[in-house]
Amino acid sequence: MTAPAAPTKDAIADRGVALATRGLSKTFGSLVVARDIALTLPVGARYALIGPNGAGKTTLINLMTGMLAPNAGQITLGNDDITALEPQERVRRGLARTFQINTLFAGLNPLEAVTLVVMERRGIARRFWQNIADNKEAIEEAYDILEKLKLGDCAYQTTRELPYGRQRLLEIALALATKPKVLLLDEPAAGVPQEESGEIFEVVGGLSNDLTLLFIEHDMHVVFRFATHIIVLVGGAVFTEGSPAQIAADPGVREVYLGKRHHG
Amino acid sequence: MSQATARVAPQQYLQSLSRWRPIEIVFWLATLTPYVLFPDYLALASQIAISALFALSLDLILGYAGVVSLGHAAFFGLGAYTAGIFSKFVWGEPFTGLLVAATVAAIVGYASSFIISRFRHLTLIMITLGLGLLLQELANSAHWLTGGSDGFQGMTMWPVLGLFSFDLYGKTAYAYSLGVLFVLFLGARRLVNSPFGLSLRGIRENWVRMPAIGAQSRAHIRTVYTISAFMAGMAGAVLAQTTQTVSLESISFQRSADVLVMLVLGGAGRLYGGLVGAAIFLIARDQFSGIAPQYWYFWIGVLLVMVVTFLPNGILGGASRIISRWRAK
Repeated sequence: MTAPAAPTKDAIADRGVALATRGLSKTFGSLVVARDIALTLPVGARYALIGPNGAGKTTLINLMTGMLAPNAGQITLGNDDITALEPQERVRRGLARTFQINTLFAGLNPLEAVTLVVMERRGIARRFWQNIADNKEAIEEAYDILEKLKLGDCAYQTTRELPYGRQRLLEIALALATKPKVLLLDEPAAGVPQEESGEIFEVVGGLSNDLTLLFIEHDMHVVFRFATHIIVLVGGAVFTEGSPAQIAADPGVREVYLGKRHHG
Repeated sequence: MSQATARVAPQQYLQSLSRWRPIEIVFWLATLTPYVLFPDYLALASQIAISALFALSLDLILGYAGVVSLGHAAFFGLGAYTAGIFSKFVWGEPFTGLLVAATVAAIVGYASSFIISRFRHLTLIMITLGLGLLLQELANSAHWLTGGSDGFQGMTMWPVLGLFSFDLYGKTAYAYSLGVLFVLFLGARRLVNSPFGLSLRGIRENWVRMPAIGAQSRAHIRTVYTISAFMAGMAGAVLAQTTQTVSLESISFQRSADVLVMLVLGGAGRLYGGLVGAAIFLIARDQFSGIAPQYWYFWIGVLLVMVVTFLPNGILGGASRIISRWRAK
């Protein structure tokens, strides 16, 4: 059942491909963490990436974003081959990610952190001769992003002092500030109590339809609620993929994924 | 860090972070007091101003970008020797000498920044240490040019602005050192509060996240390393010009280590940390060496261990914590 799935029929047809991989493989010594992965994300997609622990979900995101170099395979963003590009170049072309474990600027406050991202994107981060406050537009853009993610009221509080749930939202805010075309979310609500995780997925669900999303998530309720398409990864390979209904009905998925004890 | 609420507009808030605080004005006025209170210590005061500038240059890379260097004296010494050679073979006008010396240091800094920006942590410490030792031995072996271990002699300095010659009491020397320090401090202060300064803090706070937000960390490090080398070179040049001699000590490992100690004592990443640290270090050396000249590093050792144990953000970090706690009451 490891046949690479055919390009999806239920793709939002004529909007084109946002991100695709072909034959993507990665090994650490004798350990295969990615095996011949072929995926296609149509523009505006809401895809979930699921699979048991150690299936290689985060590795796949690391490969797509260039934080790991593949042994073989190809990654395309829109029409461009980005396989050889450095991570920051991929971000500049519109491929952003968030991290499962908070990877924030602990000593900066949310306003500073998001302003930093906006200024890097606008190409003004090299200016060492002017005061930061001279860039009103960039600062206001940053603040707007924070307000949209309901972080406006803690914009001036140092990141490390923020409640954990807020930090998870800031994780997304930093990625959004790069103005991505494709956003890869690595367990956006990881570690957040269930009653608060709704707030985070509300934000994710409210993102623009032009933005292509791929998210890793363990909570099946969330997956079935927000994903239009589900990819199941097992042992570094695509086990199967399909609509939520197809995946829910797939006995193989039940066996390898739901049957085994897993922990999110 | 701040009690400011969302009532303040974001732009005004960021503007307020870079506003001059009264304590800063007090600090700079206090730097003038040696003329009145300690006229016998003007030579020491010049040493402090020069070391403060050197520590400030290290703060830009260490305190703001998180780049640890154990060979920063390479640029200090390069500036010192260039200023010496320039005054001997070209002319003795101080300001052009300063600029030439700092530029030479900056060029070497820029060239080495291509290696520096690729590494972090221990590797980086070893590379900077290696580069520092390499330049030290170059200066030592080029006896014909630098005087080697005999020191560089034969500098002639013209009066500053054609008016103030470097006198025996160090009156001109201190004004000159302090003036250079102040001007470069203004530049560093501007840099720290700039978009570039924010990106540097981003590098320090989270090196891994920077590429994931599309930031060009390596290019930033190359830039700040070059600027830092420029400042360090200028500090070395001021030392050469005011003492009218250059010794191997100015490019030695000892100087690299000392400046790191000064910065850590004062508090890295806080702009005034290097300045305060340099003052404490040199005044302590002056006082302790009066007691037992050979063993004065013993006391610096004690001070260093105490500070990093109890005040991880240096003396200034500790002071600001006490003040904010006191204010919160």
